[in-house]
Amino acid sequence: MAQNYYQKEIETMPVEEMKKLQSEKLVKQVKHVYENVPYYKNLMDEKGVKPEDIKGIDDLHKLPFLTKADLRDAYPYGLLAKPLDDCVRIQSTSGTTGRRVVAFYTQNDIDLWEDCCARAIVAAGGTKKDVCQVAYGYGLFTGGPGLNGGSHKVGCLTLPMSSGNTERQIQFMTDLGATILCCTPSYAAYIAETLKEQGYKPEDISLKAGIFGAEPWTEEMRRGIEESLGIKAYDIYGLTETTGPGVSFECSEQTGMHVNEDHFYAEIIDPDTGEVLPEGSKGELVFTSLDKEAFPLLRYRTRDICVLSRKKCSCGRTLIKMAKPMGRTDDMLIIRGVNVFPSQIETVLLNEGYEPNYQIVVDRVNNNDTFEVNVEMTAEKFTDKVAEIIALEKSLANALKTMLGINPAVHLVAPKSIARSEGKAVRVVDKRKLI
Amino acid sequence: MAIKQLTVFVENKQGTVVSITDTLSKHNINLRALSIAETQDFGILRLIVNDEESAEKILKEEGYLIKITDVVGVKIGDEAGKLSEALKVLDDNKINMEYLYAFMARTEKHAYVVIRVEDHTAAETALADAGFKLVTEADVEKL
Repeated sequence: MAQNYYQKEIETMPVEEMKKLQSEKLVKQVKHVYENVPYYKNLMDEKGVKPEDIKGIDDLHKLPFLTKADLRDAYPYGLLAKPLDDCVRIQSTSGTTGRRVVAFYTQNDIDLWEDCCARAIVAAGGTKKDVCQVAYGYGLFTGGPGLNGGSHKVGCLTLPMSSGNTERQIQFMTDLGATILCCTPSYAAYIAETLKEQGYKPEDISLKAGIFGAEPWTEEMRRGIEESLGIKAYDIYGLTETTGPGVSFECSEQTGMHVNEDHFYAEIIDPDTGEVLPEGSKGELVFTSLDKEAFPLLRYRTRDICVLSRKKCSCGRTLIKMAKPMGRTDDMLIIRGVNVFPSQIETVLLNEGYEPNYQIVVDRVNNNDTFEVNVEMTAEKFTDKVAEIIALEKSLANALKTMLGINPAVHLVAPKSIARSEGKAVRVVDKRKLI
Repeated sequence: MAIKQLTVFVENKQGTVVSITDTLSKHNINLRALSIAETQDFGILRLIVNDEESAEKILKEEGYLIKITDVVGVKIGDEAGKLSEALKVLDDNKINMEYLYAFMARTEKHAYVVIRVEDHTAAETALADAGFKLVTEADVEKL
C-alpha cells in the first residue's frame, strides 16, 4: 500500500538526524523555560541544574520531573511561559474538582498541535478528498478542537459534529458520505450499534477509517468496530498537558503509535526511582515538550505505564513507537472517557457523612462502561423505612455526579461487607479486561 | 406505651436472615413477629422479640446495623373487618401509616397488628379512644 505522509521529511527522518533536531530544540526550550517559568526554575535550582548543563537530548535525564501535583500547585498561571497577550487559546482536562489542568496555547502551539493531528489523519489514509466527521466533544476538551484542526490542515471537508445526538451523527454520516470518523472508541461502537438497529449495513455507508482515542480500548473492541462499520480503526493518544490528541498515532501497521517526537520527546522511567529505562522496558511514560511556547512541560510524568520501541515500521515512519498504555501508576480510572480518582469518591463520602468504606465496580456491557459504587451503611443513617434508604442512595449518587461528572449507581451495603484483602480494602474492581 | 421494634439492615445475600435468627435463638431470644421489606439492593428486617435490649446487644456484637424503633401494637379481635376498623381510626385522625404487619397469638383468639407511624402517641390515643386494646412491652414478653 502506497504510504502518504503529512510531513514526510520529519516522519521519515533518520534517527540520528532526529536526535540532532531534538537536541537543538531542547537546549532552546530549557533556556526559555528557565527564564520564563519561575516555578520550574526553582525546581532546577533545587536540583542544581543550569540551562548550560543541558547540551543535548542525552542530558535530559538531569532535569527535574513535573507531576500532576505540580500542575495543581501552579494552577492557573504558574507554568505559563509566555505573556497572556501572546496566548490565543486555553483547553482543559475533563475537569474533575481540584485536578483541573488548564493548558495555554500560542498560535504556533495550535499550529504544531494541528500538524500532529493532521499526521494522524494522513496515516489513517486521509486526504483532501475525504469527509471527516469529528464526533469528539468540542469545547474545553481537546478531542474535538484537535482533530478539527488536523482535518482542516489535511484539507478534508470537516463535519464539526461534537459528541452526542447520534441520530444527527448518522444523518450527516449517510447524507454527506463521511469517510473518516473521529471519536472515542465507545462512541464509535455505539454509533455502529445504532446504525445496525436502523437497518444499515457496512456497505451502505462510505466510512473507510476511524481515529479513536481518549479512553482505553482493546484489540477485541477494535475488531468489533472494524467489522461493524467496515473500516480500519486507528488508535490515537494524547493528553491536555502536552497538547491534546496527536501526541502519538497509529499507522497502517496498527502495532503501536508513532510519537511525534520532533515535538514531544518520550522517555520511559522506573516510577519508583525515576531512573530512565532502556528502550523496550516497561515503565512510566514521560513527555518533554520540545518546542511548545506557552505551556512547555519538561519531563512531565503521565502516570501511564508503557513501552517504547524503535523497531523498523513497514509504514516507513522512523518516529519511535509507543505501545497502548498498559495501566496507570496511580489509581486513576477512565470511565466513559472521564478521569475518575478514587480519592474524589472518598471526599464525597466524608462530606456526606459516610465512612470512607467503599468499592468501585466498573464493567463494560455492550461496549459501554457501567459504574457502580458500593458504600457501607452507617448506624447514624440507617432507618427502618425503605423509601428513606433509597433516597439516601439517590442523594449520594447526585453528590458523586456533581464531583465526577458521570452518574454512578450507588448501593448501600452492610458495614464491613466490602471485600478486604490482607486487611486492606479492595477499592476498585475493574472487570473491563482492557489490558 | 409503644412497643419496641428491632430493625436490622440486611444485604440481599443468601443466608443473611438465617444467620440473624440463628444468633437470636442461640441466646434464647424468642421472635414474636417478623417482617422483611426488600429492594433489589438490600432488605430491612423488622422484629418484635421478647427481650429487645439483649437482642440489640447480641446483634451489634455480630456487626449488624440495628435500630430500635417505637411502633404501635394493637390487639385485633379475630373476626372479619376488625383490622379495617382500626385502620379507619388512624385515617380519620389523619395519622399517616408507614407500614404494618400482623401476627397471631398462640393461645388467645386474637391477632396483633404492628403499625409504624410518625407519631406513635397520637396513634395510641386515637386507637385507645376508639376502644382498641393496645399491646404493651409487658404483653410482648408474655405473648
